[in-house]
Amino acid sequence: MAKSIGQEFVKGLWDEIPPFRLVLGLCPVLAVTKTVQDGVGMGMATTFVLFGSNLLVSSLRKIIPPKVRIACFIIVIATFVTMVELLMQAFAYPLFLSLGIFIPLIVVNCIVLGRSEAFAYKNGVLPSMADGLGIGLGFTMSLGALGAVRELLGNGTLLGASVFGPSFEPFKFMVEAPGAFVCLGLMLAIMNLVGKK
Amino acid sequence: MREMIKMVVVLTVLSAFSGGLLAAIRNNTQDKIEMQQLTFVKGPAIKDIFEGAKNDPIQDRFTVQDGDTERTVFVALYDDKAPAVAMEDYGKGYGGDVGVMVGIDVEAGTVIGAGVTTHAETPGMGARAKEDPAFAAQFRGKDAATPIRVTGDGGEINAIAGATITSRAVSAAATKVGEAYTRLKPEIQDKVKEFTK
Repeated sequence: MAKSIGQEFVKGLWDEIPPFRLVLGLCPVLAVTKTVQDGVGMGMATTFVLFGSNLLVSSLRKIIPPKVRIACFIIVIATFVTMVELLMQAFAYPLFLSLGIFIPLIVVNCIVLGRSEAFAYKNGVLPSMADGLGIGLGFTMSLGALGAVRELLGNGTLLGASVFGPSFEPFKFMVEAPGAFVCLGLMLAIMNLVGKK
Repeated sequence: MREMIKMVVVLTVLSAFSGGLLAAIRNNTQDKIEMQQLTFVKGPAIKDIFEGAKNDPIQDRFTVQDGDTERTVFVALYDDKAPAVAMEDYGKGYGGDVGVMVGIDVEAGTVIGAGVTTHAETPGMGARAKEDPAFAAQFRGKDAATPIRVTGDGGEINAIAGATITSRAVSAAATKVGEAYTRLKPEIQDKVKEFTK
């Protein structure tokens, strides 16, 4: 069942949207979605890594021996993650400060390794690029949406701008870790409800 | 046997390539990253101290050798008064090292301003050393060549209520900067002349 490039791209945005449909990569989903900005920043960084590693893994798939493929994937992924880390420090230092340890932790994000193993190692370069970009954007959207809900309720702001005015009493629970679980659970439930038809 | 050699070769080449790539990126972003760190970590204190400077003190900096260590000196130039320099040093606070940036008038040798850069003091107590401008303002006009102390130790700085240890740390750091300045005065004055040209 060969899918077109377009289908490979679109599936990441809904059918296989990482945190909700695949329920993968939950660590950054819970940790860095306190604000929209952090969530989207993290998502973009992951997208870059996904795109790069899928591209490289798929183009090297005939050379990489099956027995050491995981080691090779990790080298490729770690290279891209370090690249993101350096570039973020150089060009978006405040974002780097707020994401902190979660940038190097993209290396062990199971979405990235999962796409290399399950997709890029078995498919051509173009579909792999589409897959990486689609899954990455889906991940970014999820983090952004979760971040928006938590920032709005927990802080009364959206992208740093006050929404409800000064009379709003922030629902602090939402920006703490338990709030992330509750929020993620509710969003999963809604996604399932909508997806069921 | 052939398979094993292939595995070794592929892994080696891949690692070497990624190492080389990352080294190249690191070399190219290093200056930029240092600049970002200065802007976002030390920048606010430097801007406060050098209010009204006509140049960018973070851009106009040089290093001098002080014994085994290298000190970074920030230079500020003014239209209507003598140039000033700023250096940073650390004092032992309640929660670790307290970094203090101290600006010194090059001609008069007096402190023109001080500001806390990095600290891990208790919020609401020692942390006020950074947040309360009135505390830092006390350092203005002090002679850099004589030790700066809190009133309890026979000096002129009024300690922050409930945060004597932090106040002492800031004073000690300021004293260290003063001592360093006195020690390195000829060298610093020479270098500053290059900027005033």
